[in-house]
Amino acid sequence: MTHAVDLPFWAALPVALLLLLGAGLALTGSLGLLRLGSFYERVHAPTLGTTLGIGCVLIASMLAFSVLQTRPVLHEVLIGVFVTITTPVALMLLARAALYRDRHEGSGEMPQPGGCRGGRDGSPETPAVHGQDGSRR
Amino acid sequence: MTAALLTWSILLAQCLLGLAMACATFRLLRGPRAQDRVLGLDTLYVNAMLLLLTFGIRTGSTLYFEAALVIALLGFVATAALAKFLMRGEVIE
Repeated sequence: MTHAVDLPFWAALPVALLLLLGAGLALTGSLGLLRLGSFYERVHAPTLGTTLGIGCVLIASMLAFSVLQTRPVLHEVLIGVFVTITTPVALMLLARAALYRDRHEGSGEMPQPGGCRGGRDGSPETPAVHGQDGSRR
Repeated sequence: MTAALLTWSILLAQCLLGLAMACATFRLLRGPRAQDRVLGLDTLYVNAMLLLLTFGIRTGSTLYFEAALVIALLGFVATAALAKFLMRGEVIE
């Protein structure tokens, strides 16, 4: 089996840079998960790692294996397509469940329609928050 | 020169991804509510997948790619099932 140290310099430099960029973006997303205040701000943070972070690491992996095996190795595209499709679906399900729980308990943490937190992004859940005062049980 | 560049950058990338996994684990253990824990678990899955891909580049073996693909599949299924559990109180109705 070939080894990563056998890469020539013109391929090793972009592989190293893309790996560092991807890992740094994933770390930035996780730091945002640690530092941001409410759940509805935190749900945005990990998407930095799941889009650009995974993209950079997958391009680095494709480049390294293509040069090592002297043929185009493209099966990393499978992970990229799958993660790009599934991350918004999973996070939207999670945000909808969190909104349902907060509305059910009458918690004040959820984004308000007229406030600066929830009103600016125009998310489809925002108009539904209007009915929270009438439907509080 | 090339070997040193690759070795040190891969090592640094692994350290950064380990730090990212530590942040996600902190949110998983300390999250104030259940949805924060699920979000931390999702981030932990993604970071573990990136770490496996980095191991694959380091060793030159395509075995790690398949493990990363399995982690991506299971991470989506786990997050979707947990979100549905938080929504309804049961996974399969």
